[in-house]
Amino acid sequence: MSAPMIEIAGLSVGFTGRGGATLPVLRDIDLTVRPGESLGLVGESGSGKSTLALAAMGYLKRGLRRLGGSARFRGEDMFAKSRTELEAVRGGKLALIPQNSGQSLTPTLRIGAQLGEALRLHAGLPADQHRGRVLDLLGQVRLPDPEAIFDRFPHELSGGQQQRAAIAMALAGAPDALLLDEPTTGLDVTTQAHILELLRDLAAARGMAMVYVSHDLGAIARVCDRVAVMYAGEIVLQGSVRQVLKAPAHPYARGLLASIPRLSDPALPVALGGRPPAPGQAGAGCAFVDRCAIAEPRCRGEHPALAPLPTGDAVRCHFPDRAQMLPIAGQGSASDDTRGDAPVLTLNDLSISYARPGLFDRLLGRDAAAVPTVADVSLTVRRGETLGLVGESGSGKSTILKTVAGLLGAAGGEIRFEDTLLPRVVERRSPDQLRRIQLVFQNPDDSLNPRQTVAEILEQPLKLYFGLSGQALHDRSVAILDRVRLGAHYLDRLPGQLSGGEKQRVAIARAFAAEPDLVLCDEVTSALDVSVQAAVLDLLDDLKRSQGTTYIFVSHDLAVVRALSDRVAVLYQGRLCEIGPSARVYGLPSHPYTEVLLGAVLEPDPDIAPRLTADDVVELAPPARGCAFQRRCPRKLGSICETDTPPWRMGDGGHAVRCHIDLPDLAAVLEPSAG
Amino acid sequence: MTAAPVPARARALSRWGGVLRDVMSRPSGAIGLTLVVFHVVLAIVSPWIVAYDYRAMDATLMLNGPSAAHWLGTDHLGRDVLTRTLMGGREALLVTGIATPIAVAWGGLLGIWFGLVGGRADEVLMRVVDAFLSLPWILKMLVLIVTFGTGIEVLIPTLAFFYGIPVIRIARAATHDVVARDFVSAARARGHGRLTIIRRELLPNVLDTLMVEGAMRWSWMLLAFSSLSFLGFGVSPPTPDWGLMIADARGFMSFAPSGVLAPVVALSSLIIGINLTADALAKALGLDRAQKAPV
Repeated sequence: MSAPMIEIAGLSVGFTGRGGATLPVLRDIDLTVRPGESLGLVGESGSGKSTLALAAMGYLKRGLRRLGGSARFRGEDMFAKSRTELEAVRGGKLALIPQNSGQSLTPTLRIGAQLGEALRLHAGLPADQHRGRVLDLLGQVRLPDPEAIFDRFPHELSGGQQQRAAIAMALAGAPDALLLDEPTTGLDVTTQAHILELLRDLAAARGMAMVYVSHDLGAIARVCDRVAVMYAGEIVLQGSVRQVLKAPAHPYARGLLASIPRLSDPALPVALGGRPPAPGQAGAGCAFVDRCAIAEPRCRGEHPALAPLPTGDAVRCHFPDRAQMLPIAGQGSASDDTRGDAPVLTLNDLSISYARPGLFDRLLGRDAAAVPTVADVSLTVRRGETLGLVGESGSGKSTILKTVAGLLGAAGGEIRFEDTLLPRVVERRSPDQLRRIQLVFQNPDDSLNPRQTVAEILEQPLKLYFGLSGQALHDRSVAILDRVRLGAHYLDRLPGQLSGGEKQRVAIARAFAAEPDLVLCDEVTSALDVSVQAAVLDLLDDLKRSQGTTYIFVSHDLAVVRALSDRVAVLYQGRLCEIGPSARVYGLPSHPYTEVLLGAVLEPDPDIAPRLTADDVVELAPPARGCAFQRRCPRKLGSICETDTPPWRMGDGGHAVRCHIDLPDLAAVLEPSAG
Repeated sequence: MTAAPVPARARALSRWGGVLRDVMSRPSGAIGLTLVVFHVVLAIVSPWIVAYDYRAMDATLMLNGPSAAHWLGTDHLGRDVLTRTLMGGREALLVTGIATPIAVAWGGLLGIWFGLVGGRADEVLMRVVDAFLSLPWILKMLVLIVTFGTGIEVLIPTLAFFYGIPVIRIARAATHDVVARDFVSAARARGHGRLTIIRRELLPNVLDTLMVEGAMRWSWMLLAFSSLSFLGFGVSPPTPDWGLMIADARGFMSFAPSGVLAPVVALSSLIIGINLTADALAKALGLDRAQKAPV
């Protein structure tokens, strides 16, 4: 076996807390990555996975310090190196690809110049060969038209293209090892799948070692050979990707897997209760003991060592055999069908345009002739049903929600709530209409006022809609908190004192305080860890059952939508492509765009490969005529797709697909395109 | 755990208590706040601790240097410089101490209102603000003072008015940052009125910025007040005032420097104190971007 590329031994990292105590963030980490090997680091936020990846290049965030141990790269101790020596290695033989490349690229430098800079520092090439080498690198990361990209600024590229440019920059120094810190988080599913395929191919072709940090087990399954699961700053399980994802021997890994919603399983995922201990809060025993289903007194008193198993894994658990009994896939209840027939919300030919005529247009009496962002959306949501709205970023799904909520005024068509026409803007709606439609936002950090306590947050709808005060107000607040499974002692807390999942529960509680008929959920789980996401989905489902609420649930995550929705509508560029009962939309026949989306979903299973049938081109504006998906469609017929708006083709059970191809032809499976 | 709800007022106070402790834990805050408190206390108690009458003239003692009887010497009318320096901040602190909160209040509220409402009225107002800001401040103030006369009853509204204008701009910008956040959208979607949104959602989040801005405005206002006195439009003699003292003594600077130095040191130490406090306050409130938590 070859010498390890990255070797971390006994590494502990910590910071000094308020009381002067040293609080560990990483505890006694041992890790090796060999040339050509790809290691995944997974865990919830705060588990120390990013800190560990950065420590591998001898870097610690401000305030952190090394408490012991070493991190070696090609046999050299990174913490013993001087600044200049580190500068020569970092970005050269050991490169980092960060999460948000849009922010790591210099906005004022053209892509070509940025890559040239990396070459100048790390490649030792004569300056006249830089251009050719940059174009070569841009081609290697499969950017279309490298010549054009060379002269662009970062903001002129899409998120996926920026990430590719960042990868090209990391490749400039011909690295031996790549550190990737959540490189595809925040990208659309199709883009993500393409980037992961690219990384896989690059690693194989160049024999690079990779350390891939992600909370997404689906991504890990695609690119990694081995996986280390981190919990509270420790490695709790390490082994081959197949072993860890299919038969993990640690209760935490099993809980994590069970909390992931899967496309193949319409049931709700099982939440992993509790939260990890804060730095320094882990007791003498196992750090996971408080959340573990099979914990015994021994687990509380004795800290388990990372022990090897016959399968070749190493696990930090006293009872790995018993852990194997825990479920790893959806044992949650399937979402009940609570649908009635009465329509709650009807959208008729809704269109929304952000374009406003500019000063010149107004002076010259011109109308802005822009194509509307959302056009021609008609759908009905019936009482007690959950309608999932899916699509990539820019598909207009959040725009539609905000328009229904009255926050965006510019719209054509009509919005009907039960039998009445709903005024477009919130200021013209009656208090009762306002109360009955509530909105839950994506990021609770942004939707809860940081200066208000939970009590004050909940009081607002209660005072406004029901005029409660005094003891009645307090009692109702407590009852509502109880409904979202939070205790009364949360009333005095500020949002900053809550975890992400707790914050989102408070946001949900605020919406339900109004006793709404329709709750609009805008990506409500995308800012949360998977284990927390499962708990929030379960809560939403529970509330729906007990309150008979109707949901419109917007998400880019198809598996999440599948777990919660009765019906699903697929949007592309603000146009509906397909709508129908979940089972029909997720099966065949489907719209070519739905097919592309579903094919790109990553399952946490190394044996299931995504089917990439279309390019991950990002379109900035919908086409003026014809089908919205014409430019990317793998099944495009010809000019008819560019000129004529496709007809709705009706299937069984209210399933409808908007395509020029008829349903029997759409049912045939399309083979993935090469490249 | 069954904790009784903590009243919002008590919690807000405890937050400001924490901010105060944070300010005092920083060197700049500790020095600055000590200087400010020293000057404020001195302004209140100085009439009872000074050794001489600030009006007492003595033709035999004109422009004397420091001595055992007159530690900082005497001025051109033979008045004790130490007495006049110790009392010279009273007028300035009184006027600016009243005018600053007024300026922050009206400028802040107007800025928040137009930051929330936006639209054409906002456009027009901001152009008016630009117009005001483009004029030299001393010119604007002299016009008003010449028209309405000097004295506290004119100086306070004048300073409060002109120093409120830049606050509009700051408050409006801070409001724009908050208005873009989802909790304001949530309040709008619930159907709350604008005043409720301002009071409950915007003001608590803009207040930090306004506090820091208020401290900065205070120091500039002090400087402006002293400049007016220096020019003879502020305090009228024989009331002791630093600006006026500097103006009176500057002709004799070469042979009686203490007459100029004493008020200069007093005025600059107060202004430096306020600036250091404002700086530490900004850091304690997290408005200073360079200071971020390590983890």
